[in-house]
Amino acid sequence: MADQSVFAEQAMEYAPQLYSAAMRMTRNRADAEDLVQETYLKGFRSFHTFTEGTNLRAWLFRILTNTYINKYRAKQRRPDESDLGEIEDLYLYKRINTLADASVGRSAEESLMEMLPDDEVKQALESLPDNFRLPIVLADVEGFAYKEIAEMLEIPIGTVMSRLHRGRKAMQKALHAYALERGLARSDTTESATAAAGQEND
Amino acid sequence: MDACDGPDCNETLKELDLFLDAELSDAARDGIRHHLDGCPDCHSAFDFHAELKQVIHQKCQENEIPADLLSRIERCFDTDFDGDGVIG
Repeated sequence: MADQSVFAEQAMEYAPQLYSAAMRMTRNRADAEDLVQETYLKGFRSFHTFTEGTNLRAWLFRILTNTYINKYRAKQRRPDESDLGEIEDLYLYKRINTLADASVGRSAEESLMEMLPDDEVKQALESLPDNFRLPIVLADVEGFAYKEIAEMLEIPIGTVMSRLHRGRKAMQKALHAYALERGLARSDTTESATAAAGQEND
Repeated sequence: MDACDGPDCNETLKELDLFLDAELSDAARDGIRHHLDGCPDCHSAFDFHAELKQVIHQKCQENEIPADLLSRIERCFDTDFDGDGVIG
């Protein structure tokens, strides 16, 4: 049986990771803080059920994920997967050259890391419905394996894979749209460009 | 930077997610690497998605955790929740 004093010693190192995941899940600081605090509270109180020698980080993330799903998902109703629509494979990859041609950002030498602003990457992830956002948070932000994610979300591994695949494409589509907007806004001929864009949208 | 479209390329691209997520067996991974070594188009597509995964990993982190959250958590560890005279 795991000792509670051990929990305080060992669990705190995961606070920054849990907070990052909580921010991407709840999309606001107040809820993220409450979610992380509740995770620690539950973890502390049920630490006697933790099997020593197993993965404490995964155990804490499982509590975080369960708490989020039970408490916040109902509160923040988001469109479900049917609303993502069909998006072709390699969505952003196939369009990245067009962005370069339109001088929206990427030059031949510029890396994606330089081209995509932090806020836009966060926003693209946070634009996804829960069903797609959570697997990406757990896989790409936190680096968990499919099997661990399947256990945390209580869905089959095949479902984890298909949601990651579709969610990532939707995220790429959002990133592409932000880059295009940024390009239009930054154009030297701002007035005429904006007018033209406005007409197209009408 | 067109995506390739040979049969081997299609089979390779189907494994893109599993490859980048380190979910393939050693043998399957070696098979993909072998194809990538001889196919610049697939290589370029895989590199792009590996970089994108890294960008998402890095840019979706919070650089700082609020100090008041840390103290709120620490306080949990000193609380006797059920009033039995024992912490926890």
